[in-house]
Amino acid sequence: MAEHAAAPPPGGDSPDSPDRPANGTPTIEVTDVSKHFGGIAALDRVSLTLLAGEVHALVGENGAGKSTLIKIITGVHPPDGGSLRHRGAEVSFGGPRDAQAAGISTIYQELNLVPQMSVARNLFLGREPRGRLGLIDTAGMHRAARQVLGRYGVAVDVRRPLGELGLGVQQMVAMARAVATTGRGASVVVMDEPTSSLEPREVDRLAEVIDVLRADGVAVLYVSHRLDEVFRLAQRVTVLRDGRRVHTGPVAATDRLGLVAMMLGRRVDEVRAHGRTRFGEAHTGRAGEPVLRASGLTRRHALSGVDLEVHAGEVVGLAGLLGSGRSETARAVFGVDPLDSGSISVAGATARRWSPAAAIAAGIGLVSEDRKAEGIIADLSVRDNIVLAALPRLTRAGFVSDRRCDEVVEVFVRRLRIKIADPDQPVRDLSGGNQQKVLLARMLCLHPRVLLLDEPTRGIDVGAKAEIQALVDELAATGLGVVLISSELEEVVEGASRVLVLRDGRVVDVLTGDGIGEHQIMSAIAGASDEPGPAGDG
Amino acid sequence: MADAVRAPAPRPRPAALRRLSDHGVHVAVAVLLVGNLLFTANFATLANLRLQLVQVVPIAIVALGMALVVATRGIDLSVGSVMALSAAVLPLYLGYGPGPAVVVALAVGGLVGLVNGVAVAVFGVQPIIATLALLVAGRALALVLADGRLVEIFDPTLGWIGNGSAAGVPVTLLVTGALGVVVAVLVRRAAFGRRVVAIGGNRTAATMAGLPVRRTLLAVYVLSGLLAAVAGVVNTARLGASDPSFVGLLIELSAITAVVIGGTPLAGGRVRVLGTLMGALLMQLITATIIQNDLPDSVARMVQAVIIVVAVFIQRERGGS
Repeated sequence: MAEHAAAPPPGGDSPDSPDRPANGTPTIEVTDVSKHFGGIAALDRVSLTLLAGEVHALVGENGAGKSTLIKIITGVHPPDGGSLRHRGAEVSFGGPRDAQAAGISTIYQELNLVPQMSVARNLFLGREPRGRLGLIDTAGMHRAARQVLGRYGVAVDVRRPLGELGLGVQQMVAMARAVATTGRGASVVVMDEPTSSLEPREVDRLAEVIDVLRADGVAVLYVSHRLDEVFRLAQRVTVLRDGRRVHTGPVAATDRLGLVAMMLGRRVDEVRAHGRTRFGEAHTGRAGEPVLRASGLTRRHALSGVDLEVHAGEVVGLAGLLGSGRSETARAVFGVDPLDSGSISVAGATARRWSPAAAIAAGIGLVSEDRKAEGIIADLSVRDNIVLAALPRLTRAGFVSDRRCDEVVEVFVRRLRIKIADPDQPVRDLSGGNQQKVLLARMLCLHPRVLLLDEPTRGIDVGAKAEIQALVDELAATGLGVVLISSELEEVVEGASRVLVLRDGRVVDVLTGDGIGEHQIMSAIAGASDEPGPAGDG
Repeated sequence: MADAVRAPAPRPRPAALRRLSDHGVHVAVAVLLVGNLLFTANFATLANLRLQLVQVVPIAIVALGMALVVATRGIDLSVGSVMALSAAVLPLYLGYGPGPAVVVALAVGGLVGLVNGVAVAVFGVQPIIATLALLVAGRALALVLADGRLVEIFDPTLGWIGNGSAAGVPVTLLVTGALGVVVAVLVRRAAFGRRVVAIGGNRTAATMAGLPVRRTLLAVYVLSGLLAAVAGVVNTARLGASDPSFVGLLIELSAITAVVIGGTPLAGGRVRVLGTLMGALLMQLITATIIQNDLPDSVARMVQAVIIVVAVFIQRERGGS
């Protein structure tokens, strides 16, 4: 292998056909691969070709199938159908070890290294150079470690415990380990959101390392929701949506707006400046004090200085791509994730110690985007799930009043049209839409002033979706302040009277009135410009 | 994960398995009881039945607290050592009369529970580790307090608690029954019980519903400690001696077994109070059946082991996922 790597990348810069540039040899060929989980298609006949020496970006929103595709390439899941070829030969991996042995390395967001061990030990874990008597040749290992890291421009004391170093360096070590110290050397490196916890300077370093990899003829599959990086680092890009491939092509031939449109399932020419909808006009009167005022919300790697105001009767939409700060804002306001700085006040009163319990007490409700992990308690009954947050109000001297619980449950089951056989049936037996309504009921029976809805209609059937969308209008009409987060542009455009567009943890645009439209939102997400190429921010 | 499955079809657990896990312990107790009454010599005497029940008492009381801990997805290994501590403290304060001595013994149990609770709820230590520390340290401290000796106790009040009867029913049984009712009411009627199962079922969701998760976990471990101390006092009163070396030895395993075969899953999120008591009784009946049929005690343990495996296997269906 080359000692120094300043050589231009061998291929992939200006491919003439989207699927196979003339000057690259395919390292991985995924052909018509499908994968189902419990009858639901996570991937539907997806094809992807990775060329030696190219950085191939893989983008898509939640549920697009990125993770599943990665897991198939790295041997975690076997595909249900289709074929996987590595260096021209058909392969079927029995597990991640097989894929690794074949030279396919993955670098996950969560590093799987041992923080207490030295950098060098981590680099060579399980493959330590042995000296006489079979003991570890420490000096030799340190020398080799310095040499390996030097290639990637990482100058650290390799004897120091890994955990004492910055996350960026740890990431480099993980990468160096994956690429340089595997027996045969990696031919494919999969990077899953590698920059999500990196500082800008560290991202630059990563870019240099990726250049070295390309020069070595490694194929890099780069998964990221940061468009800047896609345009900066990748030569080709594949867009997945709802388990299908919607686009593969050279990055240079794509503009940001087009990419965003594909990720969100819109066609640029179809999207015009949408007219305002019914409720938008009805509730634009924002007189008086806001019920919720959050200012300067800042949390490392998630939010930087987000301001959010919600008035009674107003639906504020938060739009942006995955990881842009839309959910992070809601979680910060509800006290789930601690803030580095910023203040939150409800109806004029500023909170000091903030937690979900405090947020609820102040009159804020949140329906999380992750219904299963953060919402329902699957084994408990519908009744217990609905009254969970309201328990203190339904309790006298420590004893729960069944009568009052039943009243609450009855009212909300009827009002939200939750389809259940019996309030005592476990909530796990309900459909997704009905589970979502149970969670809405859990928050609504607290009579909040502000309701934060994070992807309230994701993964539920069309009927329930329309009902929930109608409910949002209804609630706003009764004077509730609503924050609506959705990756479906249509939902935000139609539902919200004001839309904050977020990118990289910042509010980059605020749309009101006639200014709210899918096109405007996508332009803001893409970087305020319809022009292709980098849009100077960062 | 987020990409993979959006709305996994709920896989309904076979109804038969669910019923077996819910009521299997009652069936098993009934079968053993009837079988013994019919076939085991001298089983069907009042004295023997009474003995069987009285012998279950310490495990049953400890298991009540354990059931609450397990329902939060935790475990309390320190209960045996808490029994030893309360037994060791009891004779030290008998000079002030049985009342104060019992109060101090219970307070020690509550204190150990508080330490467990702080470790688990505030510092986020894994329950098995936090309580393992006190399993070791607690008994050591008990031996230091008692100077490593068995102390005989001659106190009429304690004697009555341990061996007396009220209206023909052993006092220890009445104590167990009363505690069972209290815990059952706590679980079924009080907000506390709802919080316990909610935290065990989905801690993140419970936090995000604004439940006082820390406070609830603290209370659960304190209760477990208190109940273990009660068991220690009752056991000491029955023996008429404080024996910190052996009282409550390995009882954590019996209590966990009673909880699990009683239908409270180790994965948390559910609690069965009557099932727990029946689970304790079942273990006792297995031992009695085997001993009274002249089989070695080791056989009883093996049968118990098989039952644990079967109970966990039945519950496996609903754990995790």
